[in-house]
Amino acid sequence: MSGIQEFERTLDGSDKNVASFEHQNISPLKRAQHFLHSTPAAVPLIVLVLSVFIFGLTIGGRFFSSYTLTLILQQIAVVGILGAAQTLVILTAGIDLSIGVVMVISAVIMGNFAVTYGLPTPIAILAGLITGGVCGFFNGFLVAIVRLPPFIVTLGSWNIVMATNFIYSANQTIRDADVDANAPLLHLFAINFRFGSAILTLGVISMVVLVCILWYVLNHTAWGRHVYAVGDDPEAAKLSGIQTRKVLLSVYTIAGVIAAFAAWVSIGRNGSVSPSAAVTDYNLQAITATVIGGISLFGGRGSILGTLFGAMLVGVMSMGLNMLGADPQWKVMLTGWLIIAAVAIDQWIRKAGV
Amino acid sequence: MQTAEPILSARGLFKRYGRVTALDNADFDLYPGEILAVIGDNGAGKSSLIKAISGAIRPDSGEIKLEGNVVNFKSPLEARDAGIETVYQNLALSPALSITDNMFLGRELRKPGFMGSVLRKLDHKAMDKFAREKLSELGLMTIQNINQAVETLSGGQRQGVAVARAAAFGSKVIILDEPTAALGVKESRKVLELILDVRSRGIPIVLISHNMPHVFEVADRIHIHRLGRRLTVINPKDHTMSDAVAFMTGAKSVQPVAA
Repeated sequence: MSGIQEFERTLDGSDKNVASFEHQNISPLKRAQHFLHSTPAAVPLIVLVLSVFIFGLTIGGRFFSSYTLTLILQQIAVVGILGAAQTLVILTAGIDLSIGVVMVISAVIMGNFAVTYGLPTPIAILAGLITGGVCGFFNGFLVAIVRLPPFIVTLGSWNIVMATNFIYSANQTIRDADVDANAPLLHLFAINFRFGSAILTLGVISMVVLVCILWYVLNHTAWGRHVYAVGDDPEAAKLSGIQTRKVLLSVYTIAGVIAAFAAWVSIGRNGSVSPSAAVTDYNLQAITATVIGGISLFGGRGSILGTLFGAMLVGVMSMGLNMLGADPQWKVMLTGWLIIAAVAIDQWIRKAGV
Repeated sequence: MQTAEPILSARGLFKRYGRVTALDNADFDLYPGEILAVIGDNGAGKSSLIKAISGAIRPDSGEIKLEGNVVNFKSPLEARDAGIETVYQNLALSPALSITDNMFLGRELRKPGFMGSVLRKLDHKAMDKFAREKLSELGLMTIQNINQAVETLSGGQRQGVAVARAAAFGSKVIILDEPTAALGVKESRKVLELILDVRSRGIPIVLISHNMPHVFEVADRIHIHRLGRRLTVINPKDHTMSDAVAFMTGAKSVQPVAA
């Protein structure tokens, strides 16, 4: 090589190992940080196991019974499914504030089509799923194509969908008995299986199956890797040849469809179809499960299994404090602390990269 | 070298942004197996030139030929599919994803058979193997864990991964945008060796750099860009760095173009 600069000649004798990946002596804390960096679902899982043990020890057998533990799962099924949808969106560094009301309007559509209009139930369900998909596509279009910030877009669609829901339904609740009489298929996810005192509803099973499917898709398909890449660094993803708009559009649309699926499960859980459920803070609960589950709000990091553990954690605390006879506000407070702790841990884990 | 046909050439490129003319009848030639450095003052239009040949912008007029055929890239993706790989200054790596994920981003391999075609399952094993081979070939050896996140790598290692990615997929031309700008002295050395290594595999390289010592060390020819067009092409053996800088800034005018 001619023309090596004089000042660089001295480098010939120096260590050229810059591009090798050497072992370093690292402290246990660093090692923990790296472990958590590569296994993002570990934190919520550890906290979940700990909290089950703590409540189990303080409350005793009543809490540890398979009946109680499966009851917790029944209580979190809907939020868990919504959390899975929210996870997809948050992985792209977005957020979907409309996801709760999209679920409610999808449920109202399913109920009205099947019960009020007397259409065949499968068509009503399909209409509900399409409604969810259209709402998601609307969000996705504004985020991916018009390039508006997801927070603003979904804040808007939250209000739009909620108002549409109330105007369309005239806030008429469809009663449990009417659903049962006209469209029992809408109650499909209430079907349960008993193993001793454990009760698993089809809703709980579908939540777990859905999370497993999404885990597979996110980790073992190109589309899933692209979701992470888009959330991690959209510019880099684009330059790598990923069609970032298509990925975003599909993520929001799928999130909408999953929200509609949650609607179907929620009809099974609640029995009736009530438009006024739109005032329940489902989306905040879903975001809470996602954040506690270690999904980074900055996108590109976290495992969807964490969301499942996050939802379970909220359920366990809620049930545990309830059984202890604590004021429900303690649950709210504890959730608040958990959210802050989860985000702080996320920031700490991120530093493992630098 | 000059007698061969250029592998990539451009004639009469124009690009205007409002009243600013970024490319003003710009020409460009890259010959097989060479390292062509592109230098120019800030605002000379060299990034517009590079973006035009890498598909990131579409020139208003002019013609780009790859291996003698006229090409018209609408996106970097099309340029890449045609065999022009660009390593951007920001590297276009996804920090939280693994080395393998990054190397295959946008062109993942799927498993054969039912798992791949119906369940769309990625072939992680084959991708890991390929990534490890390519990194080893380029001397980025002793990788403990091909699945470690790119953000855990040093700047030089990241550059290595980005260059390995560009070199790995049978590309015809590699464009490197300021590959040493963010690196320390030692890491820069390593990357320059990597560049020479890639050339020795027969892949021609376009090197955009502000670093004159680096340019003069590795380049076979130097394309000097000024005021939106190619001012001249010089041979680094015939000129000094001060000549190059003088051409670049207009302090010295040019004799009739040699290339």
